Amino acid sequence: MPTSFELNGRSVTLQVADDTPLLWGIREDAGLTGTKYGCGIGLCGSCTVLVNGRATRSCITPLSEVKNLAVTTIEGLHPSGEHPLQKAWIKTQTPQCGYCQSGQIMQAAAMLVDFPDPSDEQIDNIMSGNLCRCMAYVRIRKAIKLAAAEMRDDIASSPTAPETAAHE
Amino acid sequence: MKRLAIGTVALLVLLLMAMLILAWESSIAQQDAPAEDTFSQRQIDRGEVIAGLGNCQSCHTVDPERPYAGGRAFPTPFGTLYATNITPHPESGIGRWSEAAFIRAMREGVARDGSHLFPAFPYTHFTRVRDEDLQALYAYTMTREPVDARAPENDLTFPFNIRLLQAGWKLLFFEPGVWQPDTEKSDAWNRGEYLAEGLAHCSACHTPRNTFGAENQDRDYDGAMVNNWYAPAMSAGNPPPVAWTESELYTYLREGASTYHGVALGSMADVVHQGLGIVDDSDIRALATYFSDVTGALPEDQTAAQASRRIADAQRESMAMRSNDTGELNRGEQLFSNGCAACHYNSADDPNVLRPELSLNSALNADNPVNLIRATLRGVSNESGIQGVLMPGFASWNNADLAALFAFLRATHTDHPAWNDLEQRIARQRSDVTTSTE
Ligand code: FES
Ligand code: FES
Repeated sequence: MPTSFELNGRSVTLQVADDTPLLWGIREDAGLTGTKYGCGIGLCGSCTVLVNGRATRSCITPLSEVKNLAVTTIEGLHPSGEHPLQKAWIKTQTPQCGYCQSGQIMQAAAMLVDFPDPSDEQIDNIMSGNLCRCMAYVRIRKAIKLAAAEMRDDIASSPTAPETAAHE
Repeated sequence: MKRLAIGTVALLVLLLMAMLILAWESSIAQQDAPAEDTFSQRQIDRGEVIAGLGNCQSCHTVDPERPYAGGRAFPTPFGTLYATNITPHPESGIGRWSEAAFIRAMREGVARDGSHLFPAFPYTHFTRVRDEDLQALYAYTMTREPVDARAPENDLTFPFNIRLLQAGWKLLFFEPGVWQPDTEKSDAWNRGEYLAEGLAHCSACHTPRNTFGAENQDRDYDGAMVNNWYAPAMSAGNPPPVAWTESELYTYLREGASTYHGVALGSMADVVHQGLGIVDDSDIRALATYFSDVTGALPEDQTAAQASRRIADAQRESMAMRSNDTGELNRGEQLFSNGCAACHYNSADDPNVLRPELSLNSALNADNPVNLIRATLRGVSNESGIQGVLMPGFASWNNADLAALFAFLRATHTDHPAWNDLEQRIARQRSDVTTSTE
């Protein structure tokens, strides 16, 4: 059965078996290879994408499950690759081999929605499902905090922020 | 001696005849399908809401394209029953049932032809429903698309397949009678009680049944197994880790999720998202008022503190497991950190409904691990639980790993004793899960 969903803001329809993993659909059928295959059983996090804004392991999510939902991959996080997380990743030179990093960034993006100012403990608990064989963990944590700070500043200085409005 | 024997036989025959007369129900004449203009649109619309409250569709539908056409199997300890076709098809549905026949079925559990219905059809609850609601339901039912579909024959073991015996069952366990308000209670409570105990037949799933398949009145809302799911206990005597509040009950019934209890899965997801979906807010609030009483709900400030303590405890115990234990529980902790925490970790002071907190979750705190096993194996589709949010299934993990994970969660995230035979139970659910059509 064909499955239609939104992929990085565009609607797509893939003609694949219902139990095809979302990861396969994204990589093989939609041709977006930024999302990586690691373990295939939801234990490494390298395949993490957003489904309706929530971090989701695409290797164990059947394509049929995302019917009519919005999927975001690393390619769709920001139109020109300048999401605060992506900038912070570059600034801190976080990646080593890079294989785990799109998953790390997508997981971090979802985390910052729930925890805009994450503590070390929160980062450790939430990012613990994203393995990095190059052991970039320390830089990942640093980059997350940098991006979180920028995103909070952005909100604070936006014209709709309550504090700013009060000063006017 | 001979005379005595003849006397006994005669007496038995008489008794049997008396029973037959008692059990006998007359047939109500067939009628032609009611003309299109028999019912007002208002009545039909009202009937749709009534059908939603009763969640009729969930039991009487197999194929969503053919609603109310019946055929869904209900395995019971007495054999398998099949839901009937309740579309107005004249041959295979109830198209020739008069309103009187329909109301008698709802109120007394007797089909149009006079045969007794089995109490898997909850007439024991519907007997309480008021006339105007049953009339509206009839109007709605008779204006559905007729579908020609015959449900498979019931497959019950002898003697349970004898419908006449149901008369005896009714004598023992059935209290007919339309609902009466309790003047001591508020209007909202009364409305909630009318809906919950009548149309919505909540206790049909949430109250355990006795040997004869009747709801055990002494154990109202103590929780029960239904269709291989556990319908959680809701009685005040079986408190969840954090008490319900009225607003949590409302949110759960309206949205399918509660921060302090978890998400609606299995048939409860149908109840919330299909059945109650079109029901007025005021009725959902009335249900919440009634179940506040049933569950022994507390004010919000108290439950928030309960929840925070609980989460903090679970996190402390998990950390201890991480550093001290080297066996199965430690493995469970690693699996949890790797596979679950990204979505399920919460700050103790601020649990998020979109990150279901397992230390508060009803599935983890239940005596039977079946809900936890099923949810983990098959995941939570975006149509269950919170709509638009999904959890993938973890069927790719082997039984030993899943058992280690569940044992770890049970030990660190609850105050309850360990579950036995987890691996076997997971294996059983795995085969059921893969064949189930639900
Ligand atoms: S590839 Fe999906 S979690 Fe490892
Ligand atoms: S950078 Fe190599 S696996 Fe993470």
